[in-house]
Amino acid sequence: MAKANMNPTKNPMPTQDALVRARNFEEVAIGYDEQTAIDEALRCLSCKNMPCVSGCPVNIHIPEFIEKIKEGDFEAAYQIIAKTSSLPAVCGRVCPQETQCEAKCVRGIKGEPVGIGRLERFVADWHNAHSDAVPECAPQNGKRVAVVGSGPSGLTCAGDLAKAGYSVTVYEALHTAGGVLVYGIPEFRLPKSIVKKEVENLRAMGVEIVPNVIIGKTLTVDELFQMGYAAVFIGSGAGLPNFMGIPGEALKGVYSANEFLTRSNLMKAYLDNPETPIMKGGRVAVVGGGNVAMDAARTALRLGAEKVYIVYRRSMAELPARREEVEHAEEEGIEFRLLCNPTEILGYDNPEDRRDPKNGFVTGIKCIRMELGEPDERGRRRPVEVPGSEFILDVDTVIMSIGTSPNPLIKSTTDGLDVNSRGGIIVTENGATTKEGVYAGGDAVTGAATVISAMGAGKIAAAAIDEYLKNR
Amino acid sequence: MYRIVYKKDLNPTVVMMDIEAPLVAKKALAGQFIILRVDEEGERIPLTVAGYDREKGTVKIIFQVVGATTQKLSMKAEGEYIEDFAGPLGLPTHLDGLNDVLIVGGGVGCAIALPVAEALKANGAKVTSIIGFRNSDLLILEDEFKACSDEIIVMTDDGSYGREGNVTLPLKELLSERKFDKVITIGPLVMMKFVVEAVRPTGIPCDVSMNPIMIDGTGMCGGCRLTLNQDGKRVTKFACVDGPDFNGYEVDFDEAISRGSMYRDFERHAHDAACNLFKKEVK
Repeated sequence: MAKANMNPTKNPMPTQDALVRARNFEEVAIGYDEQTAIDEALRCLSCKNMPCVSGCPVNIHIPEFIEKIKEGDFEAAYQIIAKTSSLPAVCGRVCPQETQCEAKCVRGIKGEPVGIGRLERFVADWHNAHSDAVPECAPQNGKRVAVVGSGPSGLTCAGDLAKAGYSVTVYEALHTAGGVLVYGIPEFRLPKSIVKKEVENLRAMGVEIVPNVIIGKTLTVDELFQMGYAAVFIGSGAGLPNFMGIPGEALKGVYSANEFLTRSNLMKAYLDNPETPIMKGGRVAVVGGGNVAMDAARTALRLGAEKVYIVYRRSMAELPARREEVEHAEEEGIEFRLLCNPTEILGYDNPEDRRDPKNGFVTGIKCIRMELGEPDERGRRRPVEVPGSEFILDVDTVIMSIGTSPNPLIKSTTDGLDVNSRGGIIVTENGATTKEGVYAGGDAVTGAATVISAMGAGKIAAAAIDEYLKNR
Repeated sequence: MYRIVYKKDLNPTVVMMDIEAPLVAKKALAGQFIILRVDEEGERIPLTVAGYDREKGTVKIIFQVVGATTQKLSMKAEGEYIEDFAGPLGLPTHLDGLNDVLIVGGGVGCAIALPVAEALKANGAKVTSIIGFRNSDLLILEDEFKACSDEIIVMTDDGSYGREGNVTLPLKELLSERKFDKVITIGPLVMMKFVVEAVRPTGIPCDVSMNPIMIDGTGMCGGCRLTLNQDGKRVTKFACVDGPDFNGYEVDFDEAISRGSMYRDFERHAHDAACNLFKKEVK
C-alpha cells in the first residue's frame, strides 16, 4: 500500500466556475476522481479509537471504508457504508461534515481534517455508476411496518427495517418520493437523479412506496394498525412556513422559501416551458440565514435574478448556514446584508387606476439596521434595532426563510399522540411516541433541522421498532 | 394512475368527471378538496370535491377551463387516466346543528355548493338556494339543486334565464323577510365579498369557501395563505389545513383577490399555448 499522505490540506473539491454555475442548475461540486479519492484516503491515519465515528449520527464505520478506498476496492467501501447508511450519495453531499465526523478528525488538529464527506460521496457515486448490487436483507419475518413520509428519516427507517426482514410500506403525501430531498434541496446541490437512485435501491430491497396518500387525511394512523401494520414510523417532516407578521407579506411576489423551492425543485419551474409558474428574474431579497435561505437565494440567481440579497438580522458569526454554502453563495455574487431586519414589504399601488396590473406587486423591502446587544438565554447576542436607521432595498421578490411550524394533520387525527408546546411530536430517546407502536423522528419531532439528524432519528427508531416487534 | 370513469360537459367551459380513487372516496366530505396532476410534467391543482360514491369508489370533480391544466384535463376522455389524485384535504364544511340554511352559489362555485346543500338536506335541514350565472349558456346543476332545496332562485346577469341580476338582489330580499341559521356562499371572490357585506348587517353567521393558489395542499408551502381580521388583529391562516371554509366576516377579500391574480399573465400565455396545440391537433 502507498504511504500515508501527510499533506495538511484536503484535496480540493473540483467545482463548476462560480460565474458559470450561477446561471445553470447543474451540480456545483463535480466530485473526486479515483486518483484523488485514493490520495485523500491516504491522509487518514486509521486511528484505533475512531473519533470520527462518534461524530456521525448514523455511525458509519469511517476508517474501515476509507481503508478500502486506499486499496482501490470502492465497491467494498460502499458496502461498509451501506451497512449503516441508507442514503450515502445524499449524505456525502448535504451532511454538515465540518461539525460532525470531520470535526473529530485527528488530522484537523494541525491542518484540515480528512475529506470524509467527499470520500463518502465518491464511493456512493462510484457504486451507483458501476454496480446494481442490492444490500443484503434478512429473510422476511412476515411483520409489516408502515412509514409515514418518504423524506430522509422515513427512507432511512424503511431501509433499516427492510434489511432486518420487515415488510415495509412507505406512504408519501406528494406525487414523488424523497420529501425535502426533492422539494427542498435544489438540483445544483443534490441532483434528483441521485435521490431517485436511492429510492430505487429501497424498492429493490422490497420496500413498497405509495404516493398520494396523506396520513391523517386519506388514512389515519389507527387505520394503519387496522390494516395489519404492527408498528408505524412518523417522519412527516416540517410543516407550515413561518412569516414575520410585518405589513406587506401578502403582496404578490412574497414567497415562503418552501413555496419558492417547491415550485422550482418539485414542480420544475426552472425549466424553459414549465407548467408551474414562478417569478423569475428581477431583484430578490431572501430573509433568513439558514441553509434553506442559501438554497432559495442561489435558486433565484439561477432563475435569472439580476441581484439577490440575503437579509439576516445578526452577523456572519451567528449565521446558521453551512460555511461551504455561504462561500459558494458569495462566490456566485449573492450580497449579504447582515445586521438588517425587515420591517415592511412595500408594494405598487396606483390610486388613479385600481385595475393597473402592477398593483399589489412587491417593489421593495424596508429594513432597519441592527447591532448586537446582550447575550440571550442561549448565549447568542441579541440583535437590537438602531433607531432611525431604516432603509429600502428595491426588490421584486421577497422570500421568507425563517423556519417552519409542525404540520397539524397527523396530530389532529391521532388520539394518544402527544406533542410539545411548539407542536413537535414528543418521543423518548429511542423515538417512541406516547402512543404504543408509534415511533417518530426528523423534523416532525425536532422542527426544522438537518437531513442527517433526521436520518439518525430514522435509524434509531428502526432499531427500536425491531426491538419492540421482536418481543411480540 | 386514476381512471376517469365518467365524463360530461355541463356547459361549454365546465366539465364534470368521476374519478376512480377508492381511498379518497371513502373519506371525502362536503367542503373538502383534492389535488390532482394530469400528467407526469403537470402542475398540482386543487379542486373541491363535488360529490363522491363510497361504494363505487369514485370522486366527482367539476371544473371550469381557465388555464392550461384545466384545458388539458378537459381533453381527457372517459376511460383515460390522470397521473395523480390525492385527498381528501382540508376540513369538511361544518353542518352540525344547522336547521335552516341559505346557500348562495355563483358560477362553477355551485359545483362545490351542491354537496353542501345535499348534505344539509340529508341532515334534515331546510335548504334555500340562490344560484347565479352570467347567462343561460353557463347554467349548471339546476335540477340537482332543485332536488335538495326547499326553495331555489336562479339568477342570470343578463336575464337570459331565471331572474335578471346578481345573487345579492334576492339575498337582500330574503334576509329582510326572514332569519336563517347560517348563510354559506361559494363562488368567485368578488361575489362572496358582496354576499358577506349583504349578510353582515343581519349578524347571521356567513361562511365562505376559499380556493386560493396551492401547491402541495398539505400544509407545507404556505402559498394558500390568507389574512383574517380577528378581534382587531390580522391573523395569517392557510386554506389547505385551516380551511377551505372560513368565517366570511373575517376574511380580507381584497388581499385574496389581489393574490389570486399573481400569475394571471402566465396563466393566459399557458392557456393560449395549450389552445394552439389543440388547434394543431384538430387540423
